Amino acid sequence: MNGSTVVAALLLIPLSAAVLLVLLPGYRVAARLNVVATLLTLLSAITLFHVRPPANLYLLVDDFNIYLIVLNTWVGFTTSVFSASYIGHELATGRLTPVYLRFYHAMYQGLMFAMNLALLANNIGLLWVAIELATLTTVMMVGIYRTHEALEAAWKYFILGSVGIALALFGTILVYLAAQPVVGQGLPAMAWHILLPQASAFDPALLNLAFVFLLLGYGTKVGLAPLHAWLPDAHAEGPTPISAVLSGLLLNVALYAVLRFKMLMSANPAAVAPGPLMVSMGLVSLVFAAFMLYQRRDIKRLFAYSSIEHMGIITFAFGMGGPLANFAGLLHMTLHSLTKSAIFFAVGHVAQIKGTQKISDIRGLTVTHPALGWGLLLGVVAIAGLPPMGIFVSEFLLVTSTFAREPLLALPLVLGLLLALGALLLRVQGLAFGEPIGSTAPGQASYLPLFAHLGLVLIAGIWLPGPLVSWFTHVAALLG
Amino acid sequence: MYGLVFDIAHMLAGGMVVVSFLLLYQDRLYALLNTYALHALLLALVVSWQAYSHDAPHLYVTAGIALIFKAIIIPVVLHRIIQRLGIQRTIEQVLGVGLNMLVGVLLVALAIIVMLPVTAASEALVREDLIFALSIVLLGLLMMITRRNAVSQVVGFMSMENGLVLAAVGASGMPLVVEISIAFSVLIALIVIGIFLFRIRERFDTVDVQAMDAFRGERP
Repeated sequence: MNGSTVVAALLLIPLSAAVLLVLLPGYRVAARLNVVATLLTLLSAITLFHVRPPANLYLLVDDFNIYLIVLNTWVGFTTSVFSASYIGHELATGRLTPVYLRFYHAMYQGLMFAMNLALLANNIGLLWVAIELATLTTVMMVGIYRTHEALEAAWKYFILGSVGIALALFGTILVYLAAQPVVGQGLPAMAWHILLPQASAFDPALLNLAFVFLLLGYGTKVGLAPLHAWLPDAHAEGPTPISAVLSGLLLNVALYAVLRFKMLMSANPAAVAPGPLMVSMGLVSLVFAAFMLYQRRDIKRLFAYSSIEHMGIITFAFGMGGPLANFAGLLHMTLHSLTKSAIFFAVGHVAQIKGTQKISDIRGLTVTHPALGWGLLLGVVAIAGLPPMGIFVSEFLLVTSTFAREPLLALPLVLGLLLALGALLLRVQGLAFGEPIGSTAPGQASYLPLFAHLGLVLIAGIWLPGPLVSWFTHVAALLG
Repeated sequence: MYGLVFDIAHMLAGGMVVVSFLLLYQDRLYALLNTYALHALLLALVVSWQAYSHDAPHLYVTAGIALIFKAIIIPVVLHRIIQRLGIQRTIEQVLGVGLNMLVGVLLVALAIIVMLPVTAASEALVREDLIFALSIVLLGLLMMITRRNAVSQVVGFMSMENGLVLAAVGASGMPLVVEISIAFSVLIALIVIGIFLFRIRERFDTVDVQAMDAFRGERP
């Protein structure tokens, strides 16, 4: 098996699974097929470590995107396992009809295809098309319950997301215009591996303007404040597996696009430094989301705001730049994906059992549903950045390196982290302990994805394997 | 350099900006749709002129999409949706016409100030196309902000998208223009189907986005 077949498999497996899932009527078979397809995609992603295809003008596998592809397919796989146990309940309660369920599974694979394509794309135009496709598939899944709230959330996401990607396209065109006098007309002027070595010769003024559009455009998809308005609604109103992939994966993919363009900017000494822009957007998102966490009444909205907070932290880290902060950013990106999707797995089952997403109507989970309750508690401890979980390590790295370089910037960073910590612990205390209220019926739940993710995050907090560290160090150096 | 080719391209692209201004103050939905159809028609002309003058036959596909899909199908479909939803008499205007125009002129000035210095090295036609494109994008954004009706927001978005296609076509020799315009058409088709399938009218009794805000889950 050579590299090109692996890359083809990464794209064709989800695509053909999507077609099959449209045609398959039974939901049990469909859910299993969904799991099998994501597992096959994951396996082909892992083989990329052994055989790496040479870059062509459309697709590229390099040290940076390979680990995101593996992370992407891994979370895609575990979420499909979670979804298989989640979706039967939605059918039983009549929130989804069999036809919509077929559509749901097909869209899930469509989303996997779009995200893999975005990560693999070597062409800035193809990247844009892939992210647009990912937006479309998620919009449809957010609106799938067809309630007032779900439709409003989908519409808002649609309009804001469309404006975002429209701005990103303008930025993409400007990058092409900057590259074209140096690289020449045609496809090479849109390929990462050709653009990057020659970026120092590009017109800096055009690049600056392009980056502003790209940061605003893709930043909308990352959910950076003040462009985040779609994110909490989209997370709260769609099916929970979609909230898990939205938070865990799609935000990362959009951030990946921003980072690629940031690499171009850093390679051009005359262009304005992208760091300060990203640092300020990151800090604003972090502090804003941390304050907003205190007012949440809806459990999924709570964790959606926590995603904004963490995307802010990650953007801040990459904005700071340098080997240490970039390392922290990469680690945080990975661990946030794992932790946040685990939390949504737990929240999904909790919301199904209790029949509500209201925080005030959920209490005493550790008494009635020990596995779910402790799993959720552990997840929140991890996401709040407490030791011994992995996010503590990345946040600690980030805070110490910021204190060493820019002590003034470290103050709002620490403030935001502490505020968020307080809000999350306050809420989870009510959720996990106390006198149980609401339904205490045992739920049909799959704990494997939840605890597999939490286990990985715990291991990362105690011991990071050597090869992973050297890998991240290498990529951190690439990011500049 | 400044021959007939340039003049015609200049006139057509400039015409799109003028039509963008027309879009700003159309307060009746049918008139808005007709103006949008004119916008898309002009885009089709710009693109086919570019295809002809730069000898780039693949751009005819983009022009064809603009003509058939955006200038004919979308307005007709939206027309019928408006009829179905029974909102043809809606009159909406958030800012007054004068203020709207004034802000529009300021946005065009902004586009010129921003784009002229950074494209100093490009050829005149590319520079103009980019300025026009950015103006159209900003005017489209203005329209999306000032309108409250879902249909007119969509029209604002579509005019913005026409501006982006203009920019992509203007950037000489940019590959994937056809693919990008197809991807955009899919997006627009889905938005339009979305209005219809999601039955925003039926579900919310209004397509006024302000009324939809009342359904925010966060309110007790």
